[in-house]
Amino acid sequence: MTAATLDPVRQDTVASGTPPNRKRRRWGFHAVMAPLAVIWVAPMVFVLMLAFRSFDDIAGRGTAALPTSFSLDGFREAFGRGEMGRALWISVQVTVPAVIITLLLASWAAYALSRFEIPGRRAILLTMLAGNLLPPQILLIPVSRVMESLGLYDTLVALIAIHVGFGLGFYTFVLYGFMRSLPGELTEAARIDGAGVVSIYARIIMPLCRPSLAALAALATTWIFNDLIWAITVLRTEAKLPVTAALLNLQGGYVSNWNVVAAASVIAAVPTAIVFFAFQRHFVSGLLVGSSK
Amino acid sequence: MTAVAAPARRRSRLRAVPKVVWLFLLVPALVEVGMVFWPAVNSFYLSLTEWNGLGAAKPVGLANFRNLFSDDVFLGALKNNVVWAIGFGGLSVLGGLALAVALNRPRRGVGLYRSAIYLPMVFSLAVTGLFWRVQYQPDGTINTLLGAVGLDGWEKQWLANPDTALYAVLVAAVWRQVGYVMVLYLAGLKGTDPTLDDASAMDGASAWQRFRFVTWPQLRGVNTVVFAVTVIDSLRTFDIVWAMTQGGPYHSSELLSTYMFQQGFTFLNLGYASAIAVVIFALALVFIITYLIRATKEEAG
Repeated sequence: MTAATLDPVRQDTVASGTPPNRKRRRWGFHAVMAPLAVIWVAPMVFVLMLAFRSFDDIAGRGTAALPTSFSLDGFREAFGRGEMGRALWISVQVTVPAVIITLLLASWAAYALSRFEIPGRRAILLTMLAGNLLPPQILLIPVSRVMESLGLYDTLVALIAIHVGFGLGFYTFVLYGFMRSLPGELTEAARIDGAGVVSIYARIIMPLCRPSLAALAALATTWIFNDLIWAITVLRTEAKLPVTAALLNLQGGYVSNWNVVAAASVIAAVPTAIVFFAFQRHFVSGLLVGSSK
Repeated sequence: MTAVAAPARRRSRLRAVPKVVWLFLLVPALVEVGMVFWPAVNSFYLSLTEWNGLGAAKPVGLANFRNLFSDDVFLGALKNNVVWAIGFGGLSVLGGLALAVALNRPRRGVGLYRSAIYLPMVFSLAVTGLFWRVQYQPDGTINTLLGAVGLDGWEKQWLANPDTALYAVLVAAVWRQVGYVMVLYLAGLKGTDPTLDDASAMDGASAWQRFRFVTWPQLRGVNTVVFAVTVIDSLRTFDIVWAMTQGGPYHSSELLSTYMFQQGFTFLNLGYASAIAVVIFALALVFIITYLIRATKEEAG
């Protein structure tokens, strides 16, 4: 930790001829961090290996043994009778519209609240944010009842609707902060040129919000894709469950077939891992929005 | 908003807001009212009734709440939730902060270490739960490792043992949360002034002294957010317990959220379940307000 105070020039000398205790510290840092990183990654590696082992190998040598077999049976079964492919597709059908609609509606609310003198706008904004902070448990029973009375219970529309409603407050708050930071002259000039409220929103504000929207989209995608509790609250039919809920069902059905369970969890984990690596920068900045300044 | 000038100003302001802008605000606001606030209000009403979902709900006053406090499973879940909030919050904040400090300044390997720590965060809690179920199997990695270092006596059926189930789930949850807290603190550290740290190092302050007296005071804002977020998260915790133990064995890993779900959706005691939900809400309220106050400051500044 002390080596952290080195300036760049002195770092060069560290690399070549070094005082022994500084060198020891540098090794100390790696001696602690490298095993820690390995421990952090190990559970994932083991699940991945398990997914590619054969049932006989696991049954004979235990789940913790190093693999001596390579088999795609786990994946074949998870995609086949486990119907993980269908579950993935359902998750896509829920996540894509939910993310788009939430961000669209949130950008409307943020635009109205940030660029116009709406009375009590601050109270409205904080109330909307408060809605997102509520524990979902206080909504579960009434939400399933509301969906029933609307005739939407056990449909994907219900799941999309609740994701949109519950997420709105947070995204509105973040986008509001960003839109407020845009200089007023931008829209003033457009207004003088005769641009209407809607065209200022569509042609000036939204394009400028692209970085925030990207960050929020990356975040919202993983949140909605990873959801479990709303899915099991508004859906009943097994064939309609998105990937996380389907995974738990499958796990109940294949209690001792660890290669199938591991393969299915890998299938459920891969899409969010892809989003993470593709949008790593956005993802991290998405986590930070609204939580630090 | 002074009382005298308000009416005239408000009217002119209202007129200054174009009609279509009201539409921009009203559509999202109504969606949130319909999906969040209206249901929340309903939960309060339902918590004062007895209802199995059929026919009309029967008002019973505060009977549900009275019953809660003589319900051993509820009291156990409440106790578990306290353990959970302290363990989950404490470990992930300590771990996340320590890692953020260690991995703050760029040096060889830091990027790799950071990625390794926050990678689990992208998996869903359900997936995390299954990942760890595998490790906790009787012949799984944990028992195998213990056996390999000669601690055979410590080998356990981690998730099937009422003494260890809650803690076994906790470890999995912390594994995933540490990366998130680390990211928050890394951002907080970026906002601190590095010259202060360098100056105190020149003056001969030890690493611990510099952290305690130079860095820590500058992290106050982040601390508030991390604290509020962690407590709210720990009251919400559901998925990972549901995926690993469903609250068992014998309710030993039951949290308020899992007990509420069971009462509501397995036993259809909708009034009783709503009362549990109201308790969760009441516990979360203080921290929601903390977070909102912080958000207000941020919005103003």
